[in-house]
Amino acid sequence: MNKTRRIKIIAAKPGLDGHDRGIKVVARALRDAGMEVIYTGLHQTPEDIVNAVIQEDPDVLALSLLSGAHNTLCPIIMEKLHEKNIDDVLVVVGGIIPRKDTSFLQKKGLTGFFGPGTPLQIIVDFIKSNLKR
Amino acid sequence: MTELDDFLKELTKWEENILGKSINGKEMRQTQFKNLSDIDIKGLFTPLDIKETKYIEKLGFPGQFPFTRGAYPSMYRGQFWTMRQFAGMGSAEQTNKRYKFLIGHGQTGLSVAFSLHTIYGYEASDKRALGEIGKEGVAIDTLKDMEILFDGIDLSKISTSMTINAPASILLSMYIAVAGKQGISPEKLRGTIQNDILKEYIAQKSWVFPPEPSMRLIVDTIEYCTKYVPQWYPISISGYHIREAGSTAVQELAFTLADGFAYVEAAIKRGLNIDDFAPRLSFFFNSHNNFFEEICKYRAARRIWAKHMRNKYNAKKKESIRLRFHTQTAGVSLTAQEPENNIVRVTLQGLAAVLGGTQSLHTNSFDEALCLPTEKAAKIALRTQQIIAYESGVADTVDPLAGSYYIEWLTDKMEQQAEEYFRRIEELGGVIPAIHKNFFQTEIANAAYKYQREIDSNKRFIIGVNKFQSEKFELPELLAIEEAVSEHQINRLNEIKKNRDNEKVNILLTKLKEAAKGTENLIPYILDAVKEYTSVGEIIESLKEVFGVYREKQII
Repeated sequence: MNKTRRIKIIAAKPGLDGHDRGIKVVARALRDAGMEVIYTGLHQTPEDIVNAVIQEDPDVLALSLLSGAHNTLCPIIMEKLHEKNIDDVLVVVGGIIPRKDTSFLQKKGLTGFFGPGTPLQIIVDFIKSNLKR
Repeated sequence: MTELDDFLKELTKWEENILGKSINGKEMRQTQFKNLSDIDIKGLFTPLDIKETKYIEKLGFPGQFPFTRGAYPSMYRGQFWTMRQFAGMGSAEQTNKRYKFLIGHGQTGLSVAFSLHTIYGYEASDKRALGEIGKEGVAIDTLKDMEILFDGIDLSKISTSMTINAPASILLSMYIAVAGKQGISPEKLRGTIQNDILKEYIAQKSWVFPPEPSMRLIVDTIEYCTKYVPQWYPISISGYHIREAGSTAVQELAFTLADGFAYVEAAIKRGLNIDDFAPRLSFFFNSHNNFFEEICKYRAARRIWAKHMRNKYNAKKKESIRLRFHTQTAGVSLTAQEPENNIVRVTLQGLAAVLGGTQSLHTNSFDEALCLPTEKAAKIALRTQQIIAYESGVADTVDPLAGSYYIEWLTDKMEQQAEEYFRRIEELGGVIPAIHKNFFQTEIANAAYKYQREIDSNKRFIIGVNKFQSEKFELPELLAIEEAVSEHQINRLNEIKKNRDNEKVNILLTKLKEAAKGTENLIPYILDAVKEYTSVGEIIESLKEVFGVYREKQII
């Protein structure tokens, strides 16, 4: 990618989970690292999130779930992105994702899992070095 | 020379000769020592720091204005705090089993965690509920689920706390209806319903309706309970979620009490007498890592509440003026790294709550940064507070830390800083206008970011996370909620809808909507509807037609 262009990120909270402390802290850290961050707010359906991706054309989609609905909602989001031929957006996820679920989610195309206690710099660095375009 | 002059002379001598020589140019661990509210903590507190303290005015005796030393005269010498572990997962059957397990191990009160679809008032079959059913709490759609949840548990013998907010009036009605089926009348019921919508907009974010109609439903509940369910606490004014969302201890203290004052004002505006409803207001605080700061927070909370209730709102009864609270240890402080260490964190936090005079306590399970608690983890959590109660001796005398120069200084300091916040909130027009202006949300987001930055830059340490990390640690056995719970819940809901008197349900929902357009108390209408197995979702949808829904303005 053109290195002078700012990395653009959509940060989204799928499902009914209201725990937004993590995603807001991460969103601010990404912004402070020079990236453009759009936060969708809470309670987004997979359709809402995919529509936001279509409209904004981000480099990264950062999801956050702490409710336990990740195995249901993340694959639906990935399928809907794929249906729209969106395969060059890096999709990362934070929150409470048990280790045994990450391999399942990896198969669905998610990369980058950031659980509780992850230093913000690790997330910034991961995104910078794993962009798909 | 006065006594004070003498003291100052001795102090200066000590600072120069003893302390100065001992330090002798050595560096301290930190240049500054700050607690989680960013209050600078000096190395030594002395009588000088509390020289203004007039005992009777500032501390009083326990059970007496301003209640700094405790809500009751003999506190835990009579009985320990209520040991109330928050629990709920999967189906009503599964949670009923967990309740019986906890009661069997000496738990003295129930505390219900609800599924997210129940919390938002969606039916299990709604597409918004996809993937969420039973994952964070017990799935409840109709009275049938509540009957199963409390099956075999005598509701006249146990007190129950229910963590539910937007649909609080509906779940309370269901509880009254279940008790009715057990042959227990409402005036015998003991328990608490969270029903604190202001902190939802501020922090926890499980709202449905806009603030104004939500406040009406809350005052309806308070009014109804005051008349018909007199032993019930119709609201638990909560700082817990404000803290979990990232606030400091002072912000938790200030925002929670500000919410409390807003409810008092709303109930007075309805025409209720303060001394009729105020004795049934209850509070819910967090207990985080900084031990003394937490203890001072509880002591300051009691004093602030007492002063405002007596001086500003003219409450007369002792019961209206004394603040009583539940405490839960800080979920956000639990680490996913080396999770067994959380048992130690919870012990310290639980101890702080007890030294601060809590009326009931939930101690977190060590695996909660990873999953809902397993039976093993839940049992250790309960045992933790039983050990504090029965083995440590800390409960044998009331408010044992009173008189400590540091404790009294910090209690004063936190009170002053909370008062400063009350002034700022008032300048913004009160709590609801401040919510619309994103005041609380911004304060909390800033504090959360600062806290994370301090950890990332090693200004604060979390063992196993940024200090003494282990490359490898064992993960405990994790609890997973079966996907089959969803199907089971949807099937039961469909079954209920097929067999109930649907014509009657429709009539009751129409009546509810009509009443919602006016100013009548809505609880009797909701109670009639739940008795006919109307679902939480149907009632919420009907009320949405009249009240509309809340939309949050986004901030990062």
